[in-house]
Amino acid sequence: MQATLLEILSVSVSYGNNIALQDADLKVYENDFIGVIGPNGGGKTTLLKVILGLVKPFKGRLIFNPGILGRSRIGYLPQISTGDNNFPVTVMDVILSGLMMHKGVVSIMSSHDRKRAGRVIGELGLTELTESSLSELSGGQLQRVFLGRAVIGDPKLLLLDEPGNFVDTNFENDFYEKLRLLNKRMAILMVSHDIGTISAHIKSFACVNRHLHYHPSSEISNEDLLAYGCPIQLITHGEVPHTVLKKH
Amino acid sequence: MEGSIFQYEFIIKGLIGALFASITAGLAGTYIVSKKMVFLSGGITHASFGGIGIGYFIGINPVVGAAIFSILSALGIEYLSVRQKIREDSAIGILWALGMATGIIFIYLTPGYTPNLISYLFGSILTVTYGDIIALGIMSVVLMLYFTVFYRTILYISFDEQFARTYSPYVNAFKYITTSLIALTIVLNIRMAGVVLVISLLTIPPNIAMIFTKVYSRVVVWSIAAAFTGTSAGYAISYFAGIPVGATIIFTLVIIWIIAKIADAVISMVKRTENKILN
Repeated sequence: MQATLLEILSVSVSYGNNIALQDADLKVYENDFIGVIGPNGGGKTTLLKVILGLVKPFKGRLIFNPGILGRSRIGYLPQISTGDNNFPVTVMDVILSGLMMHKGVVSIMSSHDRKRAGRVIGELGLTELTESSLSELSGGQLQRVFLGRAVIGDPKLLLLDEPGNFVDTNFENDFYEKLRLLNKRMAILMVSHDIGTISAHIKSFACVNRHLHYHPSSEISNEDLLAYGCPIQLITHGEVPHTVLKKH
Repeated sequence: MEGSIFQYEFIIKGLIGALFASITAGLAGTYIVSKKMVFLSGGITHASFGGIGIGYFIGINPVVGAAIFSILSALGIEYLSVRQKIREDSAIGILWALGMATGIIFIYLTPGYTPNLISYLFGSILTVTYGDIIALGIMSVVLMLYFTVFYRTILYISFDEQFARTYSPYVNAFKYITTSLIALTIVLNIRMAGVVLVISLLTIPPNIAMIFTKVYSRVVVWSIAAAFTGTSAGYAISYFAGIPVGATIIFTLVIIWIIAKIADAVISMVKRTENKILN
């Protein structure tokens, strides 16, 4: 029996008069790999923000398993746009910033922290770029750096917001392979509008379109999606990945 | 030679002032350039002129008036932009003009004494007092301590505020403290470079530094070096040519920036050609 990491209980969120999320329920277990899908503006990112504590729900609550998960044990890979890639920071700086939650107000990094960051950089195949600045990196390399920042703190839950937005297709397979390995150590919640790509890697779906529908398998049909009120354009499942287009 | 002691003292005072101005401008400038806060800082600078005018009018030290004005306007802009009640650039534009207008009106209303406006607008080494230099020296120490002790926290918050906000409860506190320190730095440097020119003293050195390095701590060090080179050379030129010091400093800094840009272009062209030959 797997332990529950996090329980979301009838959480509702609004921005002004706009209800973004209504009575959402979700249980996240250890080693879960949940794909969060749904239309743009349907509340996918809001769900992540609630878990991260960036948005306060006006109703409902979150229960963290106190022995395992706290906010400091959540890793977060935001959409690429949140950081400024022309900012003068090195790969090492950015990876180290993932340890910020374990530090106090001063954030002094020890040589142990640097070694740890060096290992993460090595695992991501970025050793030669350790002291390079972000502006010298390609899209795929940036994605790896931000993934490194998300996992260096050894999280128990990893939140990924649209990782498919990174354009480097060469690295895509590597990236999902990396996630598969990480999934042995942590639960993953991945927001994406591109379920065609992610369905081969995830274990279950959560469909978010103001309401949240949990689908406990990686196979999901167009009929399911319509029933959940989750209009999505394409989906792949089965042995050979293939694409089914929505009816016109 | 007659007046040589006075000259010696004048040069030493100028050099020490230039050093402290460079340390504060390098530290604050790297932050505002990296965070793309140059326009915001321009707004703070000009808003502080309102404090100078009111300072004269009520008979307190105008620098104190400017300090109060600049910190309040800096915090006001940060607060408004966090709450997103108004577009940040519009808020800055309004504050910018309001500060200048307030300053002019109150200086005009001050009975009897008409201060040397030009020295506040464009800076003048002649009006820099030992008090100003001591204040800049204290500011240098404060900024060096602040940016050294909190280096990583400030770096992470500046680079990716949303990410930092996820994990640190101190983000707003750091933003307000850093912005206030920058507002104070600007005010203290107004005596050196003037309201109109001080923003380039903060902006040009980091841009020179970033041609050669993209590592934050090195940008700070090279900015201080570039600022000191520019300010001391600017003093010397202005002294011998008898032209205004603030404007001369800025000219010198821009020329250093142009030379650095050209040098960088030449170096990368040579490297490309070498690579072509080797391949």
